[in-house]
Amino acid sequence: LRKNVEDFTGPRERSDLGFVTFDITADILNRKNGLQSFRNKITLIIFDWNVKQLFLYLSAEYSTKNNALNQVVLWDKIMLRGDNPRLSLKDMKSKYFFFDDGNGLKGNRNITLTLSWNVVPNAGILPLVTGSGHVSVPFPDTYETTKSY
Amino acid sequence: AAVVAMLSLDFLDDVRRMNKRDRPPSSPQLYYQVLNFGMIVSSALMIWKGLMVVTGSESPIVVVLSGSMEPAFHRGDLLFLTNRIEDPIRVGEIVVFRIEGREIPIVHRVLKIHEKQNGDIKFLTKGDNNAVDDRGLYKQGQHWLEKKDVVGRARGFVPYIGIVTILMNDYPKFKYAVLFLLGLFVLVHRE
Repeated sequence: LRKNVEDFTGPRERSDLGFVTFDITADILNRKNGLQSFRNKITLIIFDWNVKQLFLYLSAEYSTKNNALNQVVLWDKIMLRGDNPRLSLKDMKSKYFFFDDGNGLKGNRNITLTLSWNVVPNAGILPLVTGSGHVSVPFPDTYETTKSY
Repeated sequence: AAVVAMLSLDFLDDVRRMNKRDRPPSSPQLYYQVLNFGMIVSSALMIWKGLMVVTGSESPIVVVLSGSMEPAFHRGDLLFLTNRIEDPIRVGEIVVFRIEGREIPIVHRVLKIHEKQNGDIKFLTKGDNNAVDDRGLYKQGQHWLEKKDVVGRARGFVPYIGIVTILMNDYPKFKYAVLFLLGLFVLVHRE
């Protein structure tokens, strides 16, 4: 799993709004294919007979003065059994506005992006799994005034 | 609760059939019938209340009523919830919540959370199948949900089975028919 990000912030009203672009490359395996070799931080997800779909989401987690813990989902995707298991998304913009509750993004050096997924079975337990491997993103100290989004 | 009642009915009937006690005919038989029926109802209630305690949720089993979480859940699917205080609310989780003043619980996914040091948390939800988040559904002026609005977190599910409760709600005649048949079944079985 590899994520490369560029970022800049822009203020709206009284809350910080962050813009993040990212790449995601993931190999999602089918049990029939057997094992494949790991590369750095590739995570293994298995589609078996009881998995109806995977709900994948990229979330940003960070701390601010106002709030000890913040989590924001930037992007999500539903992957049904039978869909192409190779994810190769480049230069994606976040699907949801990355608003902070306040001004905690400016100068925040430690925003962690993690990829997680919810396994939806045909029937049974609904586990939430977090991928191992995450990327830390620092936001700059100044606001951008041009809105090139 | 109706589902649990039906299940306990079957189970308890088998247990009783295995006790080959000699029952005296006629009048005491009606007394036993009534007692047995009462036991079935109270067993169902005990199981339901027990589930409420174990899961920490006031409504440990709910039926999905709308298509806003498709393709994961469809109308009629049954969800099993827990609502333990030790489990923190995190993004990606499927929560069942109630909006203040509304009776019907909603099943959606957590999109954003902002949690303070002392544990106070406010969060935003969105249905997988909806284009926008749930702010439009919340009360006038309400921008976030809080722990008190949560009925439970979805931990497991079984498809289709809840369709019976939806049918019973939408078609009252069907509900009376089911209750009538249930009553008939219990009475006939005793003989």
